[in-house]
Amino acid sequence: MTQPRPPALSFESVSMRFPDGTQALEDVSLSISPGEFVTVVGPSGCGKSTLLRIASNLESATGGTCRVDRDSIGYVFQDATLMAWRNVRRNVELIAELHGLNKAERAERAAAAIELVGLTGFEDKYPRQLSGGMRMRASLARSLVMHPEVFLFDEPFGALDEITRERLNDELLSLFQSQGFAGLFITHSISEAVYMSTKVLVMSARPGRIIASIDIPFAYPRTHDLRYTAEFGETCAKVSHALRGALQ
Amino acid sequence: MSEMATPPVDAAMLNEVLPEMSTSRRFSDYVGPAVVFALFVGLWYLLSSVILPPQKRFLLPTPHKVITDGFLVWRTGERRGFQPILMSLWDSAKIALMGLGITIVIGMTLAVLMSSKQWLERATWPYLVAVQSAPILALTPLIRALIDGSTKQRLLVVVLISIFPIVSNTLFGLLSAEKSQHELFTLQGSTRWVRLTKLQFPAALPNIFVGLRISAGLAVIGAVVGDFYFRQGGTVGIGAQIDVYRSRLWGAELITAIIMASVLGLVVFLFFGWLSRRAIGKWHITTRGQ
Repeated sequence: MTQPRPPALSFESVSMRFPDGTQALEDVSLSISPGEFVTVVGPSGCGKSTLLRIASNLESATGGTCRVDRDSIGYVFQDATLMAWRNVRRNVELIAELHGLNKAERAERAAAAIELVGLTGFEDKYPRQLSGGMRMRASLARSLVMHPEVFLFDEPFGALDEITRERLNDELLSLFQSQGFAGLFITHSISEAVYMSTKVLVMSARPGRIIASIDIPFAYPRTHDLRYTAEFGETCAKVSHALRGALQ
Repeated sequence: MSEMATPPVDAAMLNEVLPEMSTSRRFSDYVGPAVVFALFVGLWYLLSSVILPPQKRFLLPTPHKVITDGFLVWRTGERRGFQPILMSLWDSAKIALMGLGITIVIGMTLAVLMSSKQWLERATWPYLVAVQSAPILALTPLIRALIDGSTKQRLLVVVLISIFPIVSNTLFGLLSAEKSQHELFTLQGSTRWVRLTKLQFPAALPNIFVGLRISAGLAVIGAVVGDFYFRQGGTVGIGAQIDVYRSRLWGAELITAIIMASVLGLVVFLFFGWLSRRAIGKWHITTRGQ
């Protein structure tokens, strides 16, 4: 459905060995174009998060190359990583502030992002007054402000209850459709992976290698009902099967 | 499709906002303090009228005698009465506040340096602990020999006595920001200064205020106790006044001066509690003891 565009993020034979000798990643290649949403699933400690840390330059790969425009990355952490002393508006403005945008533009972009994640009316609340789901929304809004081309998600909804999580899945998907970024998403949940993605990559246990690449055929926009169709179940089974292989 | 491009704010989300904690006081909140106060006054009467042998009761006059002879006498002679007590209290308060100001500047600068250079933290920490536990007042002859002027000497004592809590709490606070928060700043290529001012310092504020309140109390103690040793010339602090009353066995004035010194400490403590609530109460969960 999307015309082929040059990848916004690509890994070519990337490997990562930590100073203590642990081989975290081995020969990982992947590429993600704008309009693609790729999810990586794999056993705990297989190096999924390391992928994101390399893509964002928080760590440097010890082998291979990673190509991405580092100024156009949105990174969503496992926890919301909000600043407790800033209200929602000022939290959402933070990254724009660090990039030196002036006050008027910050305010304008923050208001737009806050509306996109459905937090309008909560601008003056402080993080401690918000639920986990709302904090994550604020965190998403903060990353949206600079309109990144590449979005990296490090298990952002892992700590949320299932209802909130599914709801945020829908909201993130509608953001994905309207913003058209390239998404790299890490999760433990197979159904979340299948529901969100254009493609699911399965990684082996350490050292992490990509052992399966499963294209997800469902058209966007996707709705909640999709989760209960037979095709959805079959696709989940395929991912689950590959994941079992990873644990051998 | 009805996919939410802009999800509406609905009732379910409103419920996600956590309720504000109630700050109103109930009648029962006043019962405890009142009971303890009554017990305190009762114990005082017991001590001064029953337990102390009659010939020693001048050491601790009864509460009503302290009020009539200490608080309600404005001035008799050069040193007796409430007015000289207030004057000397003001003198000590100035020393305590000036000393505290110096402590805050030096202490927080030191904490910032220590938080950015680990070798400095390692090198300095043992001396800070030593200063905290050293009997500073035993060094009075040395301080007198090195520094001229009682004001400077008293300020030095205040700084030495009050610096540790502000350094340790500020340092602890500066190092309290989470790893992922630091990484967020790293991702934006932030400079050290930006990281310090926009992340570490605000994250440290709750700890800084804890340190401030402890240091403020110690600054008052330092000022009062410093008076005992450094008072040549010029003004007379409350500590010096207490020493005079003690040596002349003026019990009512002595107790009055001690109470007023405690009140000064209490006012300073309450002030920093109030300042803390004003500055960070909105976002920091206020805990007990505030």
